[in-house]
Amino acid sequence: MSSNEVLSELTSQEYRHGFVTDVESEVFRPGLDEEIVAAISAKKKEPQWLLDWRLKAYRHWLKMTEPKWAKVSYPPIDYQAIRYYAAPKSAKDGPQSLADVDPELLRTYEKLGVPLEERAILAGVAVDAVFDSVSVATTFRESLAKVGVIFCSFSEAVHQHPDLVKKYLGSVVPYTDNFFATLNSAVFSDGSFCFVPKGVRCPMELSTYFRINQADTGQFERTLIVAEEGASVSYLEGCTAPKRDTNQLHAAVVELVALDDAKIKYSTVQNWYPGDKDGKGGIYNFVTKRGKCAGKRSKISWTQVETGSSITWKYPSCILLGDDSVGEFYSVALANNYQQADTGTKMIHIGKNTRSTIVSKGISAGHGQNTYRGGVSIAKSAIGARNYSQCDSLLIGDQCGAHTFPYLDVKTSTAQIEHEASTSKIGEDQLFYCRQRGLTNEDAVSLIVNGFARRVIRELPMEFAVEATKLLGVSLEGSVG
Amino acid sequence: MNVTTTILEIRGLKARIAEDGTEILKGVDLTVNAGEVHAIMGPNGSGKSTLAHVLSGREGYEVTDGTVLYKGKDLLSMPPEERAREGVFLSFQYPVEIPGVANTYFLRMALNAVRKHRGLPEVDAMDFLALVEEKAALVEMEDALLSRNVNEGFSGGEKKRNEIFQMAVLDPTLAILDETDSGLDIDALRVVASGVNSLRSADRAMLLITHYQRLLNYITPDVIHVLSDGRIVRTGDKSLALLLEEKGYGWLEAEAPVGAGKAS
Repeated sequence: MSSNEVLSELTSQEYRHGFVTDVESEVFRPGLDEEIVAAISAKKKEPQWLLDWRLKAYRHWLKMTEPKWAKVSYPPIDYQAIRYYAAPKSAKDGPQSLADVDPELLRTYEKLGVPLEERAILAGVAVDAVFDSVSVATTFRESLAKVGVIFCSFSEAVHQHPDLVKKYLGSVVPYTDNFFATLNSAVFSDGSFCFVPKGVRCPMELSTYFRINQADTGQFERTLIVAEEGASVSYLEGCTAPKRDTNQLHAAVVELVALDDAKIKYSTVQNWYPGDKDGKGGIYNFVTKRGKCAGKRSKISWTQVETGSSITWKYPSCILLGDDSVGEFYSVALANNYQQADTGTKMIHIGKNTRSTIVSKGISAGHGQNTYRGGVSIAKSAIGARNYSQCDSLLIGDQCGAHTFPYLDVKTSTAQIEHEASTSKIGEDQLFYCRQRGLTNEDAVSLIVNGFARRVIRELPMEFAVEATKLLGVSLEGSVG
Repeated sequence: MNVTTTILEIRGLKARIAEDGTEILKGVDLTVNAGEVHAIMGPNGSGKSTLAHVLSGREGYEVTDGTVLYKGKDLLSMPPEERAREGVFLSFQYPVEIPGVANTYFLRMALNAVRKHRGLPEVDAMDFLALVEEKAALVEMEDALLSRNVNEGFSGGEKKRNEIFQMAVLDPTLAILDETDSGLDIDALRVVASGVNSLRSADRAMLLITHYQRLLNYITPDVIHVLSDGRIVRTGDKSLALLLEEKGYGWLEAEAPVGAGKAS
């Protein structure tokens, strides 16, 4: 088999997590209006102030238009055809322990390789699992509570910690921010809330597994993480979705707030259904993620491995407000078959001596289109600010594309900026060299790709790094001969 | 050794470049037995590297005629990785860089691929470490090179050392060394050659492909073949190399092939 044949075979690998769970769901009629917004809020027994916030967002959204600047193309989305709420029935009773969780659901997690109990007990990971739109299981909450860490579903936080939610909700991503974030603000279903109080180092990695499981259901998670003075937390987000023919919209919002000397590390492995090898189906992933280094010497670090979705529109960013604060962005984005990824970051330097690091690794295969879009802006006040950016692209085959759009806006002469970029192709010689040493073509591709992405993978927590390494290999199976 | 085992038997091998149909090998006959070291010499463009590529299964060539038996099996029908697992090792003229992949990690994957093929379990971590240390010493590889990425930022000499180191760990039955001496200074050449010499053994065959006689000052082959215009035109012992050094390749091309391909 020639390399081209193997390339095309690897790129035509079927999605392995494509199965559907039969959990009886409670769903709203399709469409979006004030009644639906109010119904979501009512369903969650939300206080008036939150309903008002949602409605303000909805009314603002009506005046907005979908952004068109990203290098992605897709048929128009009919926002009135989407259902804005779905919940697994069992969630109504609110499971108190794993024993109360729908066994069907647990089997789904197992198929995905997330044995909840095992992970929870052996790996010491607390899992706040989001299944469709409602959190169904939260583990380790008690041991977290002992040190004062709050980790719960967003809905719970609204009831139990309203002051905190009220204080920080929209403080990083305001409800007017952008089309998709504003939509999310109006209709968000659930998500995670994490609060780490002053001086506390969160004793375990916090993890949320997202999964879309309802036909034609948009998912609108909202995550809010706050680390007070001197606190630190590492948060993992992982996603898979069952195979679908119709496109599913996902518009999440994540807000991070780090006060003086606080550290937040946010890691994502995103493996949603990317569409089939002809580009049919797949998730539309329009995500707004932003962190605010509000305090001095605070640090926010984003690490993402994006292998799924048919469209990815995502720019995890940092606002470096506090003096000496640090922002980091490490990304691997893979676009295979007809996937389109437009992803990157914004580093907004405001405080003195703020530093940021951007490492982006884009992998394109099949007919995939991969775009890095990054902005570094340094305000006049950001005296002594520094940025280092590295953007590398790897091409597999000759039908794909890689694009880089770095934007720079520097208003002080004391700033230091470095930018490195490279584009390379998996060469016949590299593949042959590996094969001559006994590796199959697929193993060779996986090896080369993982080598390319290593600088980013090593930023992930250990268990995630292993998963991500496998995922890169699996996502490219059939792409090289 | 009492019984002669034939490792490689090439008969009437003809091959051309797939892209433009240029015929490079025009009927090569060669027999290499276990324990033997054969040198293939010849001027640029004579087909030396093509022979190495065809034997290792590199894409871009078409075999139009002839057979190649390796340990009695049809070598040409195997994909490159299967040849490697069966014990065919090519030391590359231009070793390839694999950024981000640690040298020892790569080698361990390769070794396990070979072991799996032979029905052996994956190599134990401690055993592998010991093996690596032992073999690295053969070519005076520094520890730093072991943990660095495969050939990334290696000097020419370090790359060639790395090839011989890999060969030592993978323990092939047939080793093809393609221009291993090119780009080496005299010290590196000495180290690499002594590594190769230490790997000579009664059950291994080696094919040294070289333009210059100089390598043969350090590695004494059992047989020397001269390849010219796609055919073996002369076969002899060590003295043939010295003759070539003195007279160049020009005089051979005027003469009819003598004892072509009869190796032993």
